Amino acid sequence: MSFSKFLASTLFATSVGSAVSSAALAEDFIIVQSTTSTQNSGLLDAILPAFEEKTGIDVRVVAVGTGQALKNAANGDGDVLLVHAKPSEEKFVTDGYGVERFDVMYNDFVLVGPKSDPAGIRGMTDVTSALKKIAETGSVFASRGDDSGTHKKEKALWTLAEVDAAASSGGWYRETGSGMGATLNAASGMDAYALSDRATWLAFENKGNLDILTQGDDRLFNQYGVILVNPEKHANVKAEFGQTFIDWLTGEEGQKAIASFKVNGEQLFFPNAKSSAPN
Amino acid sequence: MQDFAQSFVLAGTLVLDADPALVQIVGLSLRVTATALLVSALIGLPLGAVLAIARFPGRGILVVLSNALMGLPPVVVGLCVYMMLSNAGPFGVLKLLYTPTAMIIAQSILITPIIIALTRQVIADLNEDYADTFRSMVVPVHTAIATLLWDARFSLMTVLLAGFGRAIAEVGAVMIVGGNINHVTRVMTTAIALETSKGELALALALGMVLLLIALAVNATASLLKSVEGRFAHA
Repeated sequence: MSFSKFLASTLFATSVGSAVSSAALAEDFIIVQSTTSTQNSGLLDAILPAFEEKTGIDVRVVAVGTGQALKNAANGDGDVLLVHAKPSEEKFVTDGYGVERFDVMYNDFVLVGPKSDPAGIRGMTDVTSALKKIAETGSVFASRGDDSGTHKKEKALWTLAEVDAAASSGGWYRETGSGMGATLNAASGMDAYALSDRATWLAFENKGNLDILTQGDDRLFNQYGVILVNPEKHANVKAEFGQTFIDWLTGEEGQKAIASFKVNGEQLFFPNAKSSAPN
Repeated sequence: MQDFAQSFVLAGTLVLDADPALVQIVGLSLRVTATALLVSALIGLPLGAVLAIARFPGRGILVVLSNALMGLPPVVVGLCVYMMLSNAGPFGVLKLLYTPTAMIIAQSILITPIIIALTRQVIADLNEDYADTFRSMVVPVHTAIATLLWDARFSLMTVLLAGFGRAIAEVGAVMIVGGNINHVTRVMTTAIALETSKGELALALALGMVLLLIALAVNATASLLKSVEGRFAHA
């Protein structure tokens, strides 16, 4: 067979192949714009199959930072938003991009850092004092720096601690501009402190020299919310499927699935939807 | 490094077990990139040849432009394609965002300039030998182009392999327009990025080795075809 014939037949086969497979993509799916923490921790992989089996609706998750998820959803590139930055979520709804916001679950943030703990914050429960000590000692801190939910939380905590961390950017304050896992990889690589959601931290496999040093402050509470993208803004939104998913997630079955998701025997997310029947 | 050793073992296990999830991801990677390569070749080979032998005003600018666009940053391509295909963008009605088709579009945009620029160079070099013959036989331009493309087919195969390599290895564009959705738009590179962010460094590296193996297989096949065809040509 000549080269050109081979090339033509191969390329024809591949293009037919891709046409067939795109035709096979069913319309019964929704796109959920969510955060890296729900995916990196393995939560969605664990709970979605039950929903998909029950309803026949395929859930396609785009896991990005909360900032990007909000932007994508505002563009109408998704049917449901599942993120963790309550003020931004409420603004999303007030601006008319979302229908209504529902609480889904919570976990908490933890301050991790090198076991040698140069700032001496191990065992502290007051997160703002801990941050102050990190700043005072000039210990390296790895920030998400990507406008994600975790980054928004971290900035709010610096403000509470009355530290202008951004002024030291490039010095002891390092903005990685990437997801939670990538930031933890960076922190692990340079023995830095970092703020992480507990779920991603527990599931993270490259902890290296890092350990949880500060936890348990009420201000480290991390609430997740779910919102249906407003079909009046974007006619393409699959409102019915999206609502079915939200009802399931905030209902008894979804809440139970969230509670039973464990990594190394530890529960990562705590369901707290108001509409759910008491468990 | 313990991770490296572990990765080799993992990569071996993944390949030997023909892990179904991996097979799906590899299949999608190949399908997306092969289709993008087809599109780019259909556009880039003739355009590159035209740029090589035709003389028209503005040709120099186009040559510089195609050369410069070889350095297109994948993330920028991804962002532009996202903005075009987003429901808030001009082509939102096509509902292509977060589909393999969107990834094919992004990769095609990324590698078409490479095919054009390298084809132009290959054909221009060959045309130096052929120009006099074409002139004396008064060969029409399209016949000249077809002849040149055919006679340069071995060099052009290397051009296509360069495009293939660039497309299958890129992560920035397909991550944005595909969304790295499991079973739908997850390809080798986005899977590697995901495993890295999970801190599963050994698994990520193992996937990287599998990707290298694929590139090796594709290049070996191409080189085999070349030698078989070459033998026939000289028989």
